[in-house]
Amino acid sequence: MHLSETVTSGFFFLAPWLVFAPITGLLINAIFGRYFSEKVVGTVASLASGAAFIVSVLLAYSVSLNHGEVVRWQLAQWIHVGTLQLDWTFRMDSLSATMMLVVSGVGTLIHIYAIGYMHEDVRFKHEEGRFTRFFIFLNLFIAAMMILVSGDSYMMLFVGWEGVGLCSFLLIGFWYEMDTLARPSWANSNAAKKAFITNRVGDFGFLIAGFLMFWYLGSFQFDEVFKAAPAIAESAPWVIVAITLFMLIGVAGKSAQIPLYIWLPDAMAGPTPVSALIHAATMVTAGVYLVTRSAAIYTLVPQAQYIVAMVGAGTALFAATIAVGQYDIKKVLAYSTISQLGFMVAAVGMGAYVAGMFHLITHAFFKALLFLSAGSVILGLERGHHAHAHHAAHDDHGKGKRKEKKDEHAHGGHDDHGEVFDPGDMRNMGGLRKTMPVTFWLYMIGTLALAGIFPFAGFWSKDEILLDASLHFTSVYWQLTIAAFFTAFYMGRQIWMVFFGEARSDAAKHAEESPKVMTVPLMVLAVLSVVGGALNLPFEGFHNLGHWLEHTIGEVEGLPLNLPVAGISTALALLAILISWFLYGRNPLKAGQIDPLKKPLGFVFTGMENKWFVDEGYFAVIINPFKKLSAFLADVIDWRFWHDFVHDTVILGTYNWLSEIALNEYADQKGIDAFANWLGTATQSISASLRKLQNGFVRSYALSVLLGVVLILGYLILK
Amino acid sequence: MNSVPVDYYVLLSAILFTIGAMGVLIRRNPLIIFMSIELMLNAANLVFVAYASVLKSFSGQIFVFFVIAVAAAEVAVGLALIVQIFKAKKNINIDELNSLKG
Repeated sequence: MHLSETVTSGFFFLAPWLVFAPITGLLINAIFGRYFSEKVVGTVASLASGAAFIVSVLLAYSVSLNHGEVVRWQLAQWIHVGTLQLDWTFRMDSLSATMMLVVSGVGTLIHIYAIGYMHEDVRFKHEEGRFTRFFIFLNLFIAAMMILVSGDSYMMLFVGWEGVGLCSFLLIGFWYEMDTLARPSWANSNAAKKAFITNRVGDFGFLIAGFLMFWYLGSFQFDEVFKAAPAIAESAPWVIVAITLFMLIGVAGKSAQIPLYIWLPDAMAGPTPVSALIHAATMVTAGVYLVTRSAAIYTLVPQAQYIVAMVGAGTALFAATIAVGQYDIKKVLAYSTISQLGFMVAAVGMGAYVAGMFHLITHAFFKALLFLSAGSVILGLERGHHAHAHHAAHDDHGKGKRKEKKDEHAHGGHDDHGEVFDPGDMRNMGGLRKTMPVTFWLYMIGTLALAGIFPFAGFWSKDEILLDASLHFTSVYWQLTIAAFFTAFYMGRQIWMVFFGEARSDAAKHAEESPKVMTVPLMVLAVLSVVGGALNLPFEGFHNLGHWLEHTIGEVEGLPLNLPVAGISTALALLAILISWFLYGRNPLKAGQIDPLKKPLGFVFTGMENKWFVDEGYFAVIINPFKKLSAFLADVIDWRFWHDFVHDTVILGTYNWLSEIALNEYADQKGIDAFANWLGTATQSISASLRKLQNGFVRSYALSVLLGVVLILGYLILK
Repeated sequence: MNSVPVDYYVLLSAILFTIGAMGVLIRRNPLIIFMSIELMLNAANLVFVAYASVLKSFSGQIFVFFVIAVAAAEVAVGLALIVQIFKAKKNINIDELNSLKG
């Protein structure tokens, strides 16, 4: 370890521990986890993540002491080939410090929550190792995310980028052998594969952008790239456009934007803490971070910025409409996440980097809160279901739940829909306000923050984005405003469906509140969701986040509060909540009743319900032709042509034909065999005749010797 | 001294050697064969001493001593072998000692 630059003061030497701390936790659990109880495993993992948070705090403090100057800490040399000089260097500036704080802070809270959650997960059957494995993956995720946000070059960022992608894959498919309801199925594995493969498409874009960058700008290191970019933008602007647009493909993959967002809703197959940590608060914001980090490049090409903003705004609106038609509590939040990521991408696309980062932070707070509360709701229902349905057969607790469920099914058991009970379906909920009061209030706070109601965190951050949009791109502004309206509507719908009205299932009637280990982290997040807006209030002297990030992304304008924009969005949000109350709150849904929106909206609602058939479209346009092509390649080309024709017919046939011609009975036995036999008989006959010389009579040998001597002497004499 | 010409010695030696060789080839009694071998050796000795006398050199006479010594040793070994063969086979007909035939 050595310093690459002189450091004035601070805790910069701790930088590697951003990564080493979670890695340490991971190793402890991986090696000794089998001897630990669940609580110890969870505590070790949480402490490791907490240590990373403390390091982040110290680093952020040091950055502020250093007046936001970039500080690099080189850990090791990495790749030195020709002009390519890559080092394992941590970069600490205001932007990376912000991301570190969000990732490790929210991450630690979710670690703690997960101790309680994983223990009760319906799919957790006290398998030894599963619990430990989950926390190992979570720690690994924190480490990878830290590499992503603290890397000093696009390639180091890419290492983290792939690392979090791997963790995402591992954790979506955590219950790989069952579906979300613990039935044996490959649904979760397929969801994991979908996420991984979709992200490969995005990574392809990222890599192409990286290669272009190295080819034309000569480096991967952030500052060198930014320094070289303006000259290239003058001489060959298409290069910068290509880099930014290929990077946008990467952003679309990781941050779930159109057209690659399809993996995120399926990613809800993972355990709920994973949905909160990876698929809402941190990993999916990596794309937003990437664009913000590359601000210096994006600013050079307004065309690319416009495309980024339009992609973000389109995603925000599109996903918000789908969220309206979903019944699964986590699916609603998933589409909401896509929509909110659209807000952020639109913001950074417009050049409103501070607004984008601001929304990223507040969204991390309130969406993590919402997801974790949703997990609490699901477990509450699960407890209610368990307490009620197994009242009679409470003794066979020891059996795996899956087995119980099967038995139940066979006997036409207690299931509400003649199916396995789905604790995530909002149609099975209702009235949880009374049975789960803590979760209800936490959920309310998250909802109000997400809906953008004054003075919750979401109001300030969303408003800043809308304000920037109203100044730059009118079309983006309107798309985002409508998306905000839908946001408030689907969140209102969710609240009324889940917490108000009557219980629509026995499980909801008997739902139980979650333990403290789960609710306390939620309370912390709830507080942050309330006061998080204070980070960057739109008043003179309060643009804290803006001034903080100014050091990294350059001068930013601190916009004052614009009353019309804020007023319109707030009014629309309130209107949306009112409409949702009118539809879902005034006359609460009865058990088995169809959604009241279905009738007036008709096929539009069917579209929303079915995600606008985008998955089906992908199947029709890409996946099925691809499968047909692979079937064709496998069946016709490989099997019929290559195996049957080339191997069996051509090669084997030719060989057989040749051997019949050349090696038939005549040639084989009369030619080759006869020669071999002749060798044998010839040797025998020669030796038989020679054997006669060896007659055993000493006198005949003596005669031979004598004759030989006479011959030799005769020759010598007569020569 | 009016000596005998050396050619006579050589001729006598050739006659003796031929008689010896014939004896080895024709006779079947190993004792006779031994005697024939001795005859051949002594034919050679005769030539050695004859030429030693003519050439006034001792080398030939020294050779003869060696040949006599080797012949004595050979006879000792050979007679021992013959005795042992006789003990084993009760017969020393040389034509019946053919167990080495191929």
